[in-house]
Amino acid sequence: MPAVKKILLGHGSGGRLSRELVETVFLKSFSNPALLPLEDAAEVKIPGATLAFTTDSYVVTPVEFPGADIGRVAVCGTVNDLAVKGARPLALSAGFILEEGFPIDLLSRLAASMRRAADEAGVSIVTGDTKVVEKGKADGVFINTSGVGLIPAGRSLTSAAVRPGDFIIVSGNLAEHGVAVMNARHRLGLGGAIKSDAAPLNGLVEAALKVRGIRAMRDITRGGLATVLNEVSGACGLTAEVDEESVPVSAPTRNACALLGLDPMYVANEGKLVLFAAPEAAAEILKALRSHKYGKNARIAGRMLKEKKPQVRLRTSIGGSRIMLMLEGEQLPRIC
Amino acid sequence: MKASPAERFSSPLWRDRALAASAISEITRLAAEAASKTGGTVNFMEVCGTHTMAIAASGMRRLFPKELRMLSGPGCPVCVTSQGDIDRVLALAAVPGVIIATFGDMLKVKGSKGLDLGSARERGADIRVVYSPLDAVAMAAAEPSRQVVFIGVGFETTAPVIGGAVVRAKKLGLKNFSSTAFFKLVPPALELLLSDPENKIHGFMLPGHVSAIIGTAPYKFVAEKHRVPCVVTGFEPLDILSGISMLLKQVVSGKPLVEDEYFRAVRAEGNPAALKLMKEVFSVSAATWRAIGRVGNTGLEFSKAYASFDAVKRFKIEYREAPEPKGCLCGTILLGKALPPDCPLFGKACTPSNAVGPCMVSSEGACAAWFKYGG
Repeated sequence: MPAVKKILLGHGSGGRLSRELVETVFLKSFSNPALLPLEDAAEVKIPGATLAFTTDSYVVTPVEFPGADIGRVAVCGTVNDLAVKGARPLALSAGFILEEGFPIDLLSRLAASMRRAADEAGVSIVTGDTKVVEKGKADGVFINTSGVGLIPAGRSLTSAAVRPGDFIIVSGNLAEHGVAVMNARHRLGLGGAIKSDAAPLNGLVEAALKVRGIRAMRDITRGGLATVLNEVSGACGLTAEVDEESVPVSAPTRNACALLGLDPMYVANEGKLVLFAAPEAAAEILKALRSHKYGKNARIAGRMLKEKKPQVRLRTSIGGSRIMLMLEGEQLPRIC
Repeated sequence: MKASPAERFSSPLWRDRALAASAISEITRLAAEAASKTGGTVNFMEVCGTHTMAIAASGMRRLFPKELRMLSGPGCPVCVTSQGDIDRVLALAAVPGVIIATFGDMLKVKGSKGLDLGSARERGADIRVVYSPLDAVAMAAAEPSRQVVFIGVGFETTAPVIGGAVVRAKKLGLKNFSSTAFFKLVPPALELLLSDPENKIHGFMLPGHVSAIIGTAPYKFVAEKHRVPCVVTGFEPLDILSGISMLLKQVVSGKPLVEDEYFRAVRAEGNPAALKLMKEVFSVSAATWRAIGRVGNTGLEFSKAYASFDAVKRFKIEYREAPEPKGCLCGTILLGKALPPDCPLFGKACTPSNAVGPCMVSSEGACAAWFKYGG
């Protein structure tokens, strides 16, 4: 079987193929110590301070969906990539690739939504860029945002620091963003009951970091919790074991996923974190998370374990267990 | 708040740990007893891919007693579609100006030349994933200058839905909508399996959603003629555990029956409206099954009244026999004669992102289930 040589949609899914693409193409040319940990944001040291720096591009159809829009997601995603490194966001950039014919009204709405999200995060969009391509050469609007933040002295959050016995804490109900977008895209008729969770999480992160004992944090985006846990398990060499019953998923979302044949562990989020906490601090951290509006449904979902062959494992609701791999390719809806 | 229909069907009770533990201990006790009658191992076949996935996703295999083996059957729509029919789908995608509308599962199934709909899309074919065949009808209405072809595959569960879409297209007078009718029927598939003297199947876990359409009567011959227990079963973990328990009890008692575990959704007579629709749009015909070949009265084709909606006829796509992918055990696995890890390609040359056979491609496929969940 010849190796896949062309870009597939799965290369953008955030799962195993994305990882392979980064490793075989980009790391080959770009590799350097700041990039190599491949975390949500890079640490860049300047005299007297450590900066966090990140960039992300946003491609969503449709651009508006229940609970959020591409603009809000573009701001929140980048703020969250900074926040999980413990950084306080300093400034954002916004680049727009627009398709000829895109309604300016809609663009204004998206810009206003970005402003609201940035205000909520306490950060400004200080620079930007606009390009327009011919009709048919893009899908409405693509947005890129970059962000720079300051990591306060003494803070260090990295997946490699996770220890055996650490608790895995999920900050709230999973899979809402992915299901909301899919519902809007395919007009599935689920109504507006399931809304995107897109939210800036720097406030939640600051609240949690008041408690000592957080080793690492990741935002759970494309590829879902399963994919993030695989990345962390790979970085720290430990097994991640989560309990299906303890992973927060709301009943409507669980049912929508069941109807569509999707696994909530793999569906995208835009406003959820997974935290890795020292066992003695976990209860306190959970309390801090739950006292914040974006962490009300936070739960301890599992533990990190030292095992000969590290894996990501789910203890199922009926008491069985199974592995959870990274997302393979795209998540496709099933036939029956 | 009023529970939605979905919530009523899928209450947390169906995943309750304590209930599951007591079901497992009953299964363990019954399996030992049943095994003494069957000669060591009790082999049940879950006919349907949705069951295969549910079993793997719930991690219950690790809780089973050693005497119990659950085999996957020929009930994954994509998996049973013959290589020749997949080639016909690719030929349709190559017709200039045609829009292919399909369920996502079909995108990555490879034809005999190693190409799939996904790669056809990269070469410029217009292939769109839809959730409902009615979306394809809407597409045809919105783009009258294009021909929209829906890829109809599957069993009694999908046939009425696609039949409904065809009826809608006829009512709207759409001349640019058509569909394939590569449908298979579940009861004749069981007859095929049981007519093999080498089969070692001690019971069938039958798909609840198929029986929601066809009822339970069409399976009577399995219990009466072949003396093999049947339980129509739902898809939650406790449905499956109850289904296994009921099958074991039948083996122990030596009195095969067609029982219904999924009675909250299944009526003995099925769904008359769906059956009527199916009968109007389709008629029973021969079908070509992967690994089995062409067998009379095992599938559906368009009825005379709807023959003009048959995409294969409209675009004059011929059927050519095509060999199975080399080394792929899909066919053997579908017949319950091997488990995915028995295949030399499993997890090595064949993974979900680079699948050789359809059992690894489909989200209902046995190989995909074993790969994704570790069995």
